Amino acid sequence: MKLNYRIVIFALAIVFGIVFSLPSLLQTQSGKKITLGLDLQGGLHMLLGVKTEEATKSRIKSIAASIKHFAERNDILIDGLSFDSKSVTFEVLDSDEIKNFDDFLSKLEGVKVTHKGSVITLSLTPKEIEKTKQQAVSQAIETIRNRLDQFGLSEPVVARQGKDKILVELAGIKTPQEEQRARELISRAAKLEMMAVDEARNARVYNMSDADAAAYGDVILEDVKNPKIKYLVHEIPILDGGMLTGANVGFDQNNRPVINFKLNAEGADIFGDFTGKNVGKRLAVVLDGKVYSAPNINERIGGGSGQISGNYTVLEAKDLAIALRSGALLAPIYMMEKRSVGPSLGADSIKASMIALIGGFILVIVFMMVYYRMAGVIANIALIANLLILLAVMSLFGATLTLPGMAGIVLTVGMAVDANVIITERIRELIYEGKSMHKAIEEGYANAMTAILDANITTLIASVVLYVYGTGAIKGFAITMSIGILASMLTAILGTHGIYQMLEPKMGKSKNYRFWFGIKG
Amino acid sequence: MEFFKYKQPIDFMGKSKIAMAVSIILILASYAILATKGLNYGIDFAGGTIVQVKYDTKAPIKAMREKLQADKLFDGASISEFGSPDEVVIRMKTSSASVAKDIGDVARAALQGTGNFTIRRVDIVGPKVGSELKEKGLMALFLSIAAILVYVAFRFEWRFAVASIAALVHDVSIAMGAVALFQIDVNLDVLAAILTLLGYSLNDTIIVFDRIREGITKSKKANLTEIINESITRTLARTTLTSLTTFFVVFTLFMFGGEIIHAFAFTLLVGIIVGTYSSIFVASPLLILFGFDVKNYHAKLAEKAKREAEKNRMREQFESGVM
Repeated sequence: MKLNYRIVIFALAIVFGIVFSLPSLLQTQSGKKITLGLDLQGGLHMLLGVKTEEATKSRIKSIAASIKHFAERNDILIDGLSFDSKSVTFEVLDSDEIKNFDDFLSKLEGVKVTHKGSVITLSLTPKEIEKTKQQAVSQAIETIRNRLDQFGLSEPVVARQGKDKILVELAGIKTPQEEQRARELISRAAKLEMMAVDEARNARVYNMSDADAAAYGDVILEDVKNPKIKYLVHEIPILDGGMLTGANVGFDQNNRPVINFKLNAEGADIFGDFTGKNVGKRLAVVLDGKVYSAPNINERIGGGSGQISGNYTVLEAKDLAIALRSGALLAPIYMMEKRSVGPSLGADSIKASMIALIGGFILVIVFMMVYYRMAGVIANIALIANLLILLAVMSLFGATLTLPGMAGIVLTVGMAVDANVIITERIRELIYEGKSMHKAIEEGYANAMTAILDANITTLIASVVLYVYGTGAIKGFAITMSIGILASMLTAILGTHGIYQMLEPKMGKSKNYRFWFGIKG
Repeated sequence: MEFFKYKQPIDFMGKSKIAMAVSIILILASYAILATKGLNYGIDFAGGTIVQVKYDTKAPIKAMREKLQADKLFDGASISEFGSPDEVVIRMKTSSASVAKDIGDVARAALQGTGNFTIRRVDIVGPKVGSELKEKGLMALFLSIAAILVYVAFRFEWRFAVASIAALVHDVSIAMGAVALFQIDVNLDVLAAILTLLGYSLNDTIIVFDRIREGITKSKKANLTEIINESITRTLARTTLTSLTTFFVVFTLFMFGGEIIHAFAFTLLVGIIVGTYSSIFVASPLLILFGFDVKNYHAKLAEKAKREAEKNRMREQFESGVM
């Protein structure tokens, strides 16, 4: 027995494989584990599209409403106010008033104004259209996430896919009824409300029941971050998300992040009146029945735009702005793709692929031992190490194991012996030529090397392309294939070679080719 | 145990004419099937809906048909057994865009009263997603072929690259032909199987080519046919063993892997057989056909070695300060 660097690396790789695959194999509480894909544990996968054109349409609509409101308020006669999906057009009848109108219009953001005599056309700039669309998507994601958090599922996934698609993944949905409930929840518009804090009674909020509050026409709401903090607010909201046309992060004079929000014409009036009468009191910004913030009203806020300042970080302000925008879904969502798998089907799939995996594994192991004797045993050690390393790497990445991924593992078992077969056949050839054991092993590895490298690298190229262009389940398959190929190169080239070198003192003396390589010398 | 002790080269190339004829017939037949029957695109690429239903007892397919026919929504829906008599799959070309209430919910309601059942799977793929997946799939196929072509040309020689790609096209064509012949639903898993087959078939071809390259470099002979015969005979043991183990492993997957993995395993099974055959009988004869010249290659190698020696001499001179 002698140690060499190959066997040391191989031993370390096996230890790594055992340590990091244990949590997944034994399903321990702690440690990084491989998660089961939705097709194996059951659940709901959806790809939702967002009708972003609706968002720009509603933006145009509210601009039209504010023009109408401005004209009425200032007694300016306008005619033919109309809008389509891209622009608003109207005619100012009294040409002296055009300048007044221009002043008002110049305050609108992201709008291009064109004149044709007394006819004025407003259209959104391409940049503004893009911004509105992107906002609609982020807003839908925020809303959906909010909803799902309340649904009480473990770790729902809501993520943007591509430019305007939303990926929703829910594990642990058990019944079609439950799934339908989740889908209804997702597709419902979220509700944002501005509510007045009942300052006169708020101090007593912690000793009140809901019934007590209701008696005053109030409701008790919790703070979104800290459920222990409660607010007493008037039940009838001042206004709701339907009147909001936008909310963005800005900065005040002291360069602290604030939220700039915009209301439509109707909301602006209501808001102006309310804030004027309630300076010094608090305004609760409520989303899905939770208080996001309750800033003090410092002054009357007219013009339909205002600031909400508070002690937020830029990120918090951004989140709050998104939450504000997600009052009502600006753009409706629609189903592009749905895959739902019941838990029993997932269990069946696991069982079937496990049988195939174990069956294939036993087949290969027995075959190698019978055909190659000791060399086969060494190859089998490499194969087991290969599987452990594959599982360990997947666990470390927190990879998701899908059904195609399982198929990839099964295939890896079939192909992992390839390198060992190539090497052993090469060694046999050299023994036939009459070389000594030692020479045959060293030259056999050297000869087999280029073939193994070239063959594996080309297969790896195919897997990588598959990963880049694949979606969901296919990606999982490509990952297991790639890791399997890399692991098989490590275990076959380094590992088995190290074992032979370690056993060499024993082998060198032996003339028993049958025992070592399954051949008559 | 030893089945393949090398005694003398087997004349593979002598049979290559027959093999080529077989290959050409198979490829033409595949294209004929693809042109007439066509690929049966599943919902992943064509869009549509699949509802998988499991009953306590044998599925009442007739009663189910009657129930579904009452609703216009299910026009053209097909109902078929899925793996076992108590399990059925309803396939539809239509998909629904509503999130709150989808076609699966409608089907569940419509099937009430046909017995005790659970809906085990509902897949809905909209038309837009399907065409996107198709685009991406084709892209993946061409990109892998291009990347592999570049790599093999760089490691071997252009004739080797073209020959290995030709073998790939051969394998993929015949596998697709088999998929079309048995009217297997072409979904993402079949695409994955085809791409795996790319990798596998190539792996096999490269092992043979590597040995041929070695034979060319080492042997004093100038006859390419002889070299190829000898190289293939020497790799025959490995080719057979690996193909057999992989074949049996995929075969267990095909037999016991369940209905969902069936299409994947089938495509791969065909692919493994064709891929192994093509390394020997398609890729290798093409080298001869493309007029690979051993003498030329030897001259190139000698030239390369000479340049290398020249460089080393210059370097030595430079280092010893003669220059």
